[in-house]
Amino acid sequence: MIDKKTLLASLLGASVVLPLPALAQDSSSDSDPVTLRMAYDADPVSLDIHEQLSGGILQLSHLTHDPLVRWTKDVNFEPRLATEWERIDDKTMRFTLRDGVKFHTGNDFTAKDVVWTINRLKHSGDFKAIFDPIASATAIDEHTVEIKTHKPYPLVLNLATYIFPMDSEYYSGETEDGDPKDEIVKNGDSFASRHSSGTGPYEVVSRQQGVKVEFERFDDYWDKDSPGNVDRLVLTPIGENATRVSALLSGDVDFIAPVPPNDLERVKADKNVELTTMSGTRIILMQLNQKRVEAFEDPRVRQAFNYAVNQQAIADRLMKGFATPAAQLSPKGYDGYNDSLEPRYDVEKAKELMKEAGYEDGFSVTMMAPNNRYVNDAKISQAVATMLSRINVDVDLKTLPKAQYWGEFDDRAADIMMIGWHADTEDSANLYQYLTECPDPETGAGQYNAANYCNPEIDEKVAQANVETDRDKRAEMLQAVEKALYDDAAFMPLHWQDLAWAAKKNVKLEPVVNVMNFPYLGDLVVEQ
Amino acid sequence: MIAFLIKRLMHAFVVMFVISVISFAIQSNLGDPIQQMVGQSVPESQRAELREELGLNDSFLVQYGRFAANALQGDFGYSYFFNEPTTEVIQRHLPATLELVIAATLIIVVFSVPIGVYCAIRPRSALSRFFMSVSIIGISIPVFLTAIMLIQLFAIGVDFSPFPVETGWGQWLNGVLSTEGGMPSYGRGNNLTHLFGTWDSNFFSLDGLTYLVLPAVSLASIMLPLFIRLIRAEMLEVLQSEYVKFATAKGISLKRIYFVHALKNTMLPVITVGGVQLGTMVAYTILTETVFQWPGMGLMFLEAIQRSDIPLIVTYLMIVGLIFVVTNTLVDLIYGLVNPTVKLTGKPA
Repeated sequence: MIDKKTLLASLLGASVVLPLPALAQDSSSDSDPVTLRMAYDADPVSLDIHEQLSGGILQLSHLTHDPLVRWTKDVNFEPRLATEWERIDDKTMRFTLRDGVKFHTGNDFTAKDVVWTINRLKHSGDFKAIFDPIASATAIDEHTVEIKTHKPYPLVLNLATYIFPMDSEYYSGETEDGDPKDEIVKNGDSFASRHSSGTGPYEVVSRQQGVKVEFERFDDYWDKDSPGNVDRLVLTPIGENATRVSALLSGDVDFIAPVPPNDLERVKADKNVELTTMSGTRIILMQLNQKRVEAFEDPRVRQAFNYAVNQQAIADRLMKGFATPAAQLSPKGYDGYNDSLEPRYDVEKAKELMKEAGYEDGFSVTMMAPNNRYVNDAKISQAVATMLSRINVDVDLKTLPKAQYWGEFDDRAADIMMIGWHADTEDSANLYQYLTECPDPETGAGQYNAANYCNPEIDEKVAQANVETDRDKRAEMLQAVEKALYDDAAFMPLHWQDLAWAAKKNVKLEPVVNVMNFPYLGDLVVEQ
Repeated sequence: MIAFLIKRLMHAFVVMFVISVISFAIQSNLGDPIQQMVGQSVPESQRAELREELGLNDSFLVQYGRFAANALQGDFGYSYFFNEPTTEVIQRHLPATLELVIAATLIIVVFSVPIGVYCAIRPRSALSRFFMSVSIIGISIPVFLTAIMLIQLFAIGVDFSPFPVETGWGQWLNGVLSTEGGMPSYGRGNNLTHLFGTWDSNFFSLDGLTYLVLPAVSLASIMLPLFIRLIRAEMLEVLQSEYVKFATAKGISLKRIYFVHALKNTMLPVITVGGVQLGTMVAYTILTETVFQWPGMGLMFLEAIQRSDIPLIVTYLMIVGLIFVVTNTLVDLIYGLVNPTVKLTGKPA
């Protein structure tokens, strides 16, 4: 009886449903606008994409602007506003720009906007350090730009992913108050922090800082081949992890990031939403301060510490599989990634090394870690402290909120300190520059080297790699550096944090996310 | 009356002065605002420059002197994060918080008075016992937990099926236990009614009100049981007093005794406690607003702490201090109205 009923119902249903797809197609051209409501843990601090070099600002940059080139999923380059590029000589790279691109104001995009943007980047407090290698940018004609570097520089394309041309005409001149429209103000109001004109897929319609930002699809967007069909984006910052997840599960938003590891299972189990994860590029490591602890000057002690820590267990149990155990700084995909390096967990070996070094009975050290900066940071530091107790090292651990932690970090206030690092250039050399090079306040090298580790030989190798423009040769050099650091146990690598996004089933996130964590939402498809 | 108000005004000044000194004194422990403002690869020289520009290198006294001089002219400084005067930032966030507090207060007043009075009049009835035990649970559960539970139950929905689904009664029981969800889980929604200035209200549309329900209930969840118990205890005491017995002996109707004679005297201490608690409620909004992403002062304050946004933190603390003084002043005024024998200026009668 029941069977018959359902059969009948499905037959009836089928006959009714059949004509519908045709109807739907008819109206698709002027169908309801597609709105994506998304929640991030924070909203962008400013609309000025040169005010701060941060994940939030880069995510915004990819919405309102377009870079010259952008990263693909497998960490390669994809043409955007630059269609072609060629190396003229060691120090010069020539970019051909896309034709027929318009800014949100309607102005045409030309070479002079690119030159203007690069000059502005060189004046931005946050960006000037990474744009330092660039000597000049010149417009050869309307659609050709030449970028010259001071020295032979292999990473011009990496830098080009940061060049999001701004509408130079729009930002020229002065505001009513007499301030230049292009000024970059870190603390205070500026024209650029409240107004935006780029070539990107979305225009900002309204913005209430800390509450929401609304975007609308730019009608004259150049990329007509983009499959993206989202007409309206509403970005709400939801700082509280549990609330962000609840907002997705209750259907109040369509897309959230990041997904807190404690809620991964809950999100995965929900049948209306889909979880997308990916191995990330942020390395979490511990630095052993040689200036504070004499024992850390002995490479055997540093190695012993590395042998004592079980990265796999931390990744599996603490991070719930939400991290990739690391034995080096460079994540997979970077030129410096050396696939022969494996985590070396072996407590017996660690004990042996400690004995050899004359520290069989261990010693006491202090350790500090943030407790709200990285995923599970405080728990990880506790786990490491426990693991070190097996080689008789007594750890006095203190965890602090990030606002206080960085002050302590700058003071190098503990013998062992935790740090996470993501290379702004998506290149291994950046990792060495900040984390392992001999600290030098003059050049800013080793700014975050709280180990005070210093190996001039390795630094020299990095310097050589930094002027090598042949990518394969350079990769080989960087991998050798990675191996040398591993053998010398310059630091204790723990893992690369995974990335996670979650969205409703009809939001096709998978194709637009990447390890850099700048989802290309311009290409996002939401099925109706 | 005027002397009283002037005295209170002086109080307010002293309170705000003390708060500003204290919050200034702890700012070195609040972390480095520069760290929050710049990217990771910005060199130390650049940071030092910015630090100098913001005057963070000056001594405590110089910094405080500069702040106080500006504050007297109504300039409380610029928020590092919002890049706006802190007073404007607070003005923008204040209405959301006030609406939440008003809504919670309404819930408390509407429910606590009748329930409290009922529990006092019929202390042994089953319903009274039920209210009393529920209120103990309410007091014991922290606000954020209540809030998260409310979201799970009424925004996301819960599917319980401990009873057999095949049977009609099982289905019905499961239905009773399970919740549909569907209530908004965060924020104030889009249907706000603009009143004036920075005040957009949730009170004037049905959609707006639905956004207000869960946050207001969780904010009220601590105070409501407290007031039920307070009103019950006070009322019980009043009902034992001589004049109530006398009134009963005189043959006045019970209704009149309860609601005119007894309740009026019960309310005196309740108003005092209520005034103090109103200030505390502003403090509790920090938790509620964080869980519900309610764009009010509490959430703003918590984020300001995370960002070491010192000018905003100092201004917020001073304004909360002011709110305390104002509510206490109002309570004292109302007290005078309810009980004319109380002299405001404290002179012997």
